[in-house]
Amino acid sequence: MLGRANPMLPMICGIERVKRETHDTFTFELTPPCDYSFAPGQFNMLYVFGVGEVAISVSGDPSKKEALVHTIRAVGSVTKAICKLKGGGSVGVRGAFGSDWQIDKAVGKDVVLVAGGIGLAPLRPVIYHILANRAEFGRVSVLYGTRTTGDLVFRREIEQWRGRFDLDFEVTVDTASADWRGDVGFVTTLIRKASFDPLETVAMLCGPEIMMRFSIAELKKLGLTSEQIFVSMERNMKCAVGFCGHCQFGPAFVCRDGPVFRLDHLEPLFGKHEI
Amino acid sequence: METLEPILAEHPFFRELARPDLHLLVGCASNVVFEAGTTIFREGEDADSFYLIRQGKVALEAESPERHSVIVQTLGKGEVLGWSWLVPPYHWCFDAKAVDLTRAIALNGKCLREKCDENPRLGYELLKGFARIMAERLQAARMQMLDIYGTNT
Ligand SMILES: Cc1cc2nc3c(=O)[nH]c(=O)nc-3n(C[C@H](O)[C@H](O)[C@H](O)COP(=O)(O)OP(=O)(O)OC[C@H]3O[C@@H](n4cnc5c(N)ncnc54)[C@H](O)[C@@H]3O)c2cc1C
Ligand code: FES
Repeated sequence: MLGRANPMLPMICGIERVKRETHDTFTFELTPPCDYSFAPGQFNMLYVFGVGEVAISVSGDPSKKEALVHTIRAVGSVTKAICKLKGGGSVGVRGAFGSDWQIDKAVGKDVVLVAGGIGLAPLRPVIYHILANRAEFGRVSVLYGTRTTGDLVFRREIEQWRGRFDLDFEVTVDTASADWRGDVGFVTTLIRKASFDPLETVAMLCGPEIMMRFSIAELKKLGLTSEQIFVSMERNMKCAVGFCGHCQFGPAFVCRDGPVFRLDHLEPLFGKHEI
Repeated sequence: METLEPILAEHPFFRELARPDLHLLVGCASNVVFEAGTTIFREGEDADSFYLIRQGKVALEAESPERHSVIVQTLGKGEVLGWSWLVPPYHWCFDAKAVDLTRAIALNGKCLREKCDENPRLGYELLKGFARIMAERLQAARMQMLDIYGTNT
């Protein structure tokens, strides 16, 4: 987080550019507050004046300080209001908050990133970091599952990444028309086909909880332990700094102790009803 | 003469099958190649074989009048295509089309059924393999149906 006196006070940031990713998802480039920095996996609270505030992960390149990037899917009142904003507008920003993916733990190892839907956004900074420091990592697989081909975000970048020899980027969709030449099926089928050494791999997962549960089961079948698996959790947030208890998940506050957790720290609660 | 036995033994589906069992099966096996775009089988046709994919990609498609053809699943290297040969009335439930050039080993279903009837232990081993695949595919199909990436989940 920034060393600001009051973490509850939003900074006003201008919207430089808006890019439409899909029918309901947009990427916003903001002018960052001065001295702003973030680590991959962290999030900001974005405030739409007169509407409300939501937690949104940073989806941009951590080495590019000139733009603060978020990718937002319009699902409810605040996210829909943000997605109506245009370049030249502004939003309030608090952050960066929460834990990060701890990429340093993956140095020297194979890396498997499993993303579902908008879950690719919080993992994109990890991809940027790995590609900028490619020699530090072993084999790298990005396994991305989404609903249809029309729901794929970051299309142009994905095409570039898929063309690289040092990155295995696989995409699968739930259903597609007959002219789609890619994969159709659940994301777990990609995990089975990915090549990595289970003893020397770090996996990072972000997406709907049910997708993460099945992906964890698949990774464990292949030999990974909970200590090798990191997951990003979503809970409704208010203060984002551990005051209000809104984001409580068992004994943990997702805003402060998460959103990224090593699986063994979360395991007793993961997949439990009513938590 | 060289047989397909070493290739069968290498395929993940048969990796755990004992050598004598593989030896029995190899008489039902043949090498097949499908050019990209070729239809391998169509819904409703007799299901007289299954395929161990060695290379390429196959799409399973369902024809729906409102939405034209929809791909419900793709299968690739190391995977098994088709289990309708095992279940009466032995008709394919989907269309299968080669997306890329696809090389596979075809196993003749009638031949296999006869071998399994003669040798129930082999039949049981084969059934266990298919039950595992069917369970995995059922689970995946449920996830796809649940629309977990939608906004109402
Ligand atoms: C740490 C963290 C990081 C996040 N990062 C991102 C991000 O990078 N991009 C992004 O788009 N979102 C992200 N989210 C999710 C985002 O915060 C929520 O979508 C947002 O809070 C919804 O608020 P709303 O006012 O728009 O919807 P609400 O009015 O609160 O909800 C309206 C409807 O939308 C449904 N809904 C709410 N949230 C979701 C959801 N996440 N998915 C599907 N349906 C939902 C609700 O069930 C409800 O039916 C993140 C959440 C957390 C906790
Ligand atoms: S959002 Fe207030 S404690 Fe986490």
